[in-house]
Amino acid sequence: MKSPRAEFLAGLKAVLPIVVGDIPFGLIYGFIALEAGLSPAASQGMSSILFAGSAQFVSAQLFGLSAPASVIIATASVINLRHLLYSASVAPYLQGLPSRWKWLLAYLLTDEAYAVTITRYQEGEDHSQAHWFFLASGALLWASWQLSTAIGLFLGAMVPESWSLDFTVALTFIALVVPALRDRAAFGAAAVAGLVSVLAFGLPFKLGLFIAALAGILIGVGLEVRR
Amino acid sequence: MKVWLIVLAAGAITFATRLSFILLFGRLAIPPWLQVALRFVPPAVLTAIFVPELVIRGGALDLTPGNDRLLAGGLAILVAWRTKNVVLTILVGMASLWVLQALS
Repeated sequence: MKSPRAEFLAGLKAVLPIVVGDIPFGLIYGFIALEAGLSPAASQGMSSILFAGSAQFVSAQLFGLSAPASVIIATASVINLRHLLYSASVAPYLQGLPSRWKWLLAYLLTDEAYAVTITRYQEGEDHSQAHWFFLASGALLWASWQLSTAIGLFLGAMVPESWSLDFTVALTFIALVVPALRDRAAFGAAAVAGLVSVLAFGLPFKLGLFIAALAGILIGVGLEVRR
Repeated sequence: MKVWLIVLAAGAITFATRLSFILLFGRLAIPPWLQVALRFVPPAVLTAIFVPELVIRGGALDLTPGNDRLLAGGLAILVAWRTKNVVLTILVGMASLWVLQALS
């Protein structure tokens, strides 16, 4: 049987490359949160309370556009709905644990922590201490996200507006979306969402974003089902 | 104050989705249609955000070569497509925006 210590160290090691890759996102989030007009405390608070990269980018963007509270909350929640899948996927492995473990690990269940942890659970026979692996990877991601946010806030305060750093949001989304458009359904979903977002741009309350996303998702499902 | 309430509400909903199946294992199942739909949430939402950032300037559609963000964004899309490299995509996009702004 593997010891908790061995699992913990293995978790740190497995997630380290991902942690390094996430640092630029934390920095950029810090920049754009300030530029959207959020206070440093609220920006940092979002990193620790929401603790979800893309939802934080989108929320900061919507704060900057003065979208209503309901639209910001609904959009962030929809973006984070994918965590249902992660939760369902790790649930069978966590059933023997006390409640405090379940709540703690759920809080740390990000895309990145899920990716390394589910691999760990699926590769080995002995999962009895693998929650230490989950905890280590989640905690390291958490700490580095808080720290890179703080550094981004600190540096962002010194950057003049003429540098157009707000453009990094669009670029970040391009970098995340474009490589993931591997099949016709995903491509159709993105293309329709982009088109509708422009057509519906003038709608009040930033509803255009919501309608565009919904149209994209429907097209994606339609193309997927027809296949 | 309002900002904190929004962050707390979004945070609570997000935490609930993360905790859902871990806590309710065996008493809850994801319908297959929802599972399919969830796959398209990231490309649809993120594209619906970045496309207007590129093509709408000052509240109006601008597809002319004078739109720096459209050109820089188009270049970034090519880099993302070819290299799948996040950092390179952001660097090329920002660098080309700065060059275009300096030229205009």
